[in-house]
Amino acid sequence: MTTTPAQARTMVGTAILRIVPDADVDGVSPDADLRQTFDLDSLDFLSFVELLTQQSGVRIEEDDYPELATMASTQAFLARRSG
Amino acid sequence: MSGPTVGVDARTGAPAESGDDAARASAEVWRAARRLLDGLPGDRGLNIAHEAVDRHVLHGDGGVVALRCVAPDESVSEVTYADLASLTNRFARVLDRLGVAPGEAVFSLLGRGLETYVTALGTLKHTSLYCPLFAAFGPEPVRERLRLGHGRVLVTTYDLYRRRVAPVRDGLPDLRHVLLVDAVPPAGPDGAAAGTAVPGTLSWAALLDDADDSYEIPATDPETPALLHFTSGTTGKPKGAVHVHEAVVAHHATGAHALGLRGGDVFWCTADPGWVTGTSYGIVAPLTHGVTVVCDAGEFNARRWYRILQGHRVTVWYTAPTALRMLMRTGGELAREYDLSALRHVASVGEPLNPEAVVWGQETFDRPVLDNWWQTETGAIMISNEPGSPVRPGSMGVPVPGVVATVLERGDDGRALVVDGAVREVTDPGGTGELALRPGWPSMFRGYLDDEARYRRCFAGGWYLTGDLARRDEDGYYWFVGRADDVIKSAGHLIGPFEVESALMEHPAVAEAGVIGKPDPVAGEVVKAFVTLRRGFEPTEDLRLELVAFGRRRLGSVAPREIAFDQNLPHTRSGKVMRRLLKARELGLPEGDLSTLERV
Repeated sequence: MTTTPAQARTMVGTAILRIVPDADVDGVSPDADLRQTFDLDSLDFLSFVELLTQQSGVRIEEDDYPELATMASTQAFLARRSG
Repeated sequence: MSGPTVGVDARTGAPAESGDDAARASAEVWRAARRLLDGLPGDRGLNIAHEAVDRHVLHGDGGVVALRCVAPDESVSEVTYADLASLTNRFARVLDRLGVAPGEAVFSLLGRGLETYVTALGTLKHTSLYCPLFAAFGPEPVRERLRLGHGRVLVTTYDLYRRRVAPVRDGLPDLRHVLLVDAVPPAGPDGAAAGTAVPGTLSWAALLDDADDSYEIPATDPETPALLHFTSGTTGKPKGAVHVHEAVVAHHATGAHALGLRGGDVFWCTADPGWVTGTSYGIVAPLTHGVTVVCDAGEFNARRWYRILQGHRVTVWYTAPTALRMLMRTGGELAREYDLSALRHVASVGEPLNPEAVVWGQETFDRPVLDNWWQTETGAIMISNEPGSPVRPGSMGVPVPGVVATVLERGDDGRALVVDGAVREVTDPGGTGELALRPGWPSMFRGYLDDEARYRRCFAGGWYLTGDLARRDEDGYYWFVGRADDVIKSAGHLIGPFEVESALMEHPAVAEAGVIGKPDPVAGEVVKAFVTLRRGFEPTEDLRLELVAFGRRRLGSVAPREIAFDQNLPHTRSGKVMRRLLKARELGLPEGDLSTLERV
């Protein structure tokens, strides 16, 4: 079953909030860099990937990381991989 | 002048008793190392920036590429030694124009990029004190270090200024000038010359453009303070370790001995410029060898890193176990897609490499990863697996020439046992004790800023006490065991539990906090906090999340990644939180075993 953009947005938001509980995930623009916007360091980003994997069931490889740069690119990635 | 005062004591730094053959041999090693450097023309002393930059231009190598700066989009800009000489001259002139005095502190809060090099080396030319800050620090650690270091000038970006400095600037009366390196619009018609649209800041670019590109480095006594690096202890505030210009002798010598640097090399040090490695080996050591330094502004990404190693034909690579473990997660196949044949040496610092990482490194790079050991106070590599010598996986190696090390018997508090001013060396091969070094190497810190007493406490019985536990095997190889105190080592960086606890206790719900390092497969340790709530606060998930967010806002990336509630924190008789007991509980160890480690 394909992950819809709304579902993907919720998953990203949930993952970010686990790491940065006061993050303004609703206010993030689709093309903003997630790492910069939420001050995620390398270890945070690894946690983000793990949390996203848990929720979506999608296996995420190192090569996929560039596709997790923004909300929009992550939505597109999850939609494609979960289909 | 309200500038820094430094407890420099050349006597403490002098070799031990004159009859000591080892001390005499060490002194001779360092004298020989000094002869490999030029000194300022006209016999006017020794300045790090002259050795790192100007002397190559004088030798006719100004056209050699000093820096290859890789932008986040992987575009590359090259800076020659002649360019770097000119830019650092300009920056020294800017400091003159701003009325900065020799010895006053110039801070940087920057990522990896040309501006870091120009700020560091221009400040050293000016004989002011250079102090780098980690750009992932939150406002609280930034404020504390700028305050303790009497920062006079700060070089940073608009974004970092806005988020980390502007909120705390009122509490920093010593901070006169903030220079923003990004293209920010100039001030309006009534603004100061070189001012920007951001109140209270100046434009780095405008100031550099206006400055003359010639500058004569003033006479520099080798004992002149040069570098200020903050590090963390178990208790109290961060400590500002002061290094002098003579440190360059050790930077240069260890660059050759431990990293195998030689002319024509392309060198990449992945350390953040905000920590001591980023200065000693990201800037000084490689440039004194006249090699080309790769400086990557991008975030960690395995493919990106392999592309850099391949594309720039990196010959010597200095990185950290956390980075190697992050690469390991991606498997060896990824690495094999790249041509890494230019690599001659791979070295690592920060914590011992676990056996899997050693094996993986050997298989992936077709050469051993050379582990070495040093710390902020030592200024340069002290113990290493030198290139070409047999590596014992998991060992930090043997002392570099000129360094005399030992392992000292411990007392009840876990630190070296000192009785009437004397210490005892561990004589059994394999016995664990506190790692200690004979004072006298050139890059030894000369004091903690404004804290002579704390500096004194680092020495006993003619040894510098490192705070690290180690054992030495029968062949003289050293093996890291752990910290002798409660300092947390995360991703190779030292984090002081006190600083984290203090920040958490500023939250109205927190009565007390105990902070430990929790083992982590990638970072070695991550920061975990145990928190006791004040009366009237409930241990809810919402409150826990609020505290996590509160910590991140204040501390940035040294904030606790995990917080647990604990209304019964264990205390010593004197009322301090027993972090070791918290750690034992976290690890599921029997608590009784700690009786020898913690005096209750």
